[in-house]
Amino acid sequence: MEKRVVFRSRWLPYVLVAPQVAITVVFFFWPAGQTLYQSLLLQDPFGMSVQFVGLENFGLLFRDGSYLASFKVTLVFSVLVAGIGLSLSLLLAVMADHIVRGALVFRTLLIWPYAVAPAVAGVLWVFLFSPSIGILPFWLGKIGITWNHLLDGGQAMTLVVIASVWKQVSYNFLFFVAGLQSIPKSLIEAAAIDGAGPMRRFWSIVFPLLSPTTFFLLVVNIVFVFLDTFGIIDAATQGGPGQATTVLVYKLYQDGFKGLDLGGSAAQSVILMAIVIAFTVVQFRYIERKVQY
Amino acid sequence: MVERRPVLNFLAYAVLSFGVLLVALPVYVTFVASTQTFEQIVAVPMSLVPGTELVANYMAALTSGSEQASSAPVGRMMVVSLVMALTIAFGKIVISLLSAFAIVYFRFPGRMFVFWMIFITLMLPVEVRILPTYEVMADLGLINTYAGLTIPLIASATATFLFRQFFMTIPDELAEAARMDGASPMRFFLDVVIPLSRTNLAALFVILFIYGWNQYLWPLLITTDQSMYTVVIGIRSMIAGGDAATLWNIVMATAMLAMLPPALVVILMQRWFVKGLVETEK
Repeated sequence: MEKRVVFRSRWLPYVLVAPQVAITVVFFFWPAGQTLYQSLLLQDPFGMSVQFVGLENFGLLFRDGSYLASFKVTLVFSVLVAGIGLSLSLLLAVMADHIVRGALVFRTLLIWPYAVAPAVAGVLWVFLFSPSIGILPFWLGKIGITWNHLLDGGQAMTLVVIASVWKQVSYNFLFFVAGLQSIPKSLIEAAAIDGAGPMRRFWSIVFPLLSPTTFFLLVVNIVFVFLDTFGIIDAATQGGPGQATTVLVYKLYQDGFKGLDLGGSAAQSVILMAIVIAFTVVQFRYIERKVQY
Repeated sequence: MVERRPVLNFLAYAVLSFGVLLVALPVYVTFVASTQTFEQIVAVPMSLVPGTELVANYMAALTSGSEQASSAPVGRMMVVSLVMALTIAFGKIVISLLSAFAIVYFRFPGRMFVFWMIFITLMLPVEVRILPTYEVMADLGLINTYAGLTIPLIASATATFLFRQFFMTIPDELAEAARMDGASPMRFFLDVVIPLSRTNLAALFVILFIYGWNQYLWPLLITTDQSMYTVVIGIRSMIAGGDAATLWNIVMATAMLAMLPPALVVILMQRWFVKGLVETEK
């Protein structure tokens, strides 16, 4: 799509795009290029010696048990956050779509966690679950569960999953509500006249028609887990105990800024970049399809 | 609603109320903790009735921070966060408006190249290029400055695309009329395009303000001086010492303060927030 009417100027368009191009080159392309280049080098933390090693850094990573472990942690984490988060918010959205009175009030009360920073969400939940003073471990103790996420890796994962789901529910909810509103009412009425009950209508009509929204949210939630849960994890568990909650971004941060392994962390950046690019491409192909309908 | 089903109605309200309670629980407990003394909080189980220390805790947080973690006053952190969020929101909007206007309303050599260049930045979030970006900032001497906090986050492909899509829907007749009347491109931009974009600007502002306020990884790296901490980073530094060394009443007051501005923006500007959220992701 192009504009028929345009303005003419030799210099003005370049002046207008200059700020964005300058920032893009200095803070996006230059660092990204550096990352690619450094991932092929082996250098000591003080920059005294640099050696070109080709793909050696990548080879080391894929032989490194702790890196592969963080891959697994990230996968488990994304499946849990996307699965639990999407089911919960779909349930809430269907209920909010069903009611007539008070819908706006419920929407307002459900959407504000979007405004809470991931790191702050981590702090809130770590306070609730604090083994020594938290109120939830006290209640859990009453029913015979000993809670200590500082020692138990599974419990640490539970903690960050709960905090992430809590943070994402409002976002998923809004998109599901928008998706539900775009389903033609006539389809549902026709099914009701034919005698289909609420459950049957949901699984045979609403759920399939909602699948583009669900798929879109699935991608967004996975990207959220890959990139934005850094704040939650750093505030709540710092990747521990052991490596139980070290996701890829957290590992990258630890190796790069704490461990000063420049080549290795650059290689990790490149892998993460490839994953993000893959997700972005998937997301855009989905949008192209949506436009045709 | 297609039919009357009292049981289903009841179920819907019950599930929604339960959802609201679950969503509110952590924030309620945080609020209660921010009104109690330190001793009241560490007495297990803490009371779930608000205490009497509200004013004292918030004043202590705002003016002196958490003394045990020797942090900066939270008042200062709020100012840093506010400047950062506003700079990022306005910066992104201005830069994207200008480049989208150039891409839509001009034909110039390299136009598609610029367009694709901006497009690719969508795939390079700050998380995947932190180390080299940090090195660039260190070389430019921008550690612990507002410029360092904001500039690397200011380029935005999504905002540029949103404006491009919107400009495409502005009728050609308007540009034609402006040209016939002898208006310069910038006059057309200021007097026609900007006023027409008002709702888009508001929607985008809400989303970008929250994005800027909630930044974590980048401020964590680029600020080493307490006086340049954002409030989100500040909270994190207050709990770094573990349970025993954490003044939870002050930390919880700080958490409430950190949540307040973005939550207010979401609730008060709900219409634009929903619009912005749904449109920036399209």
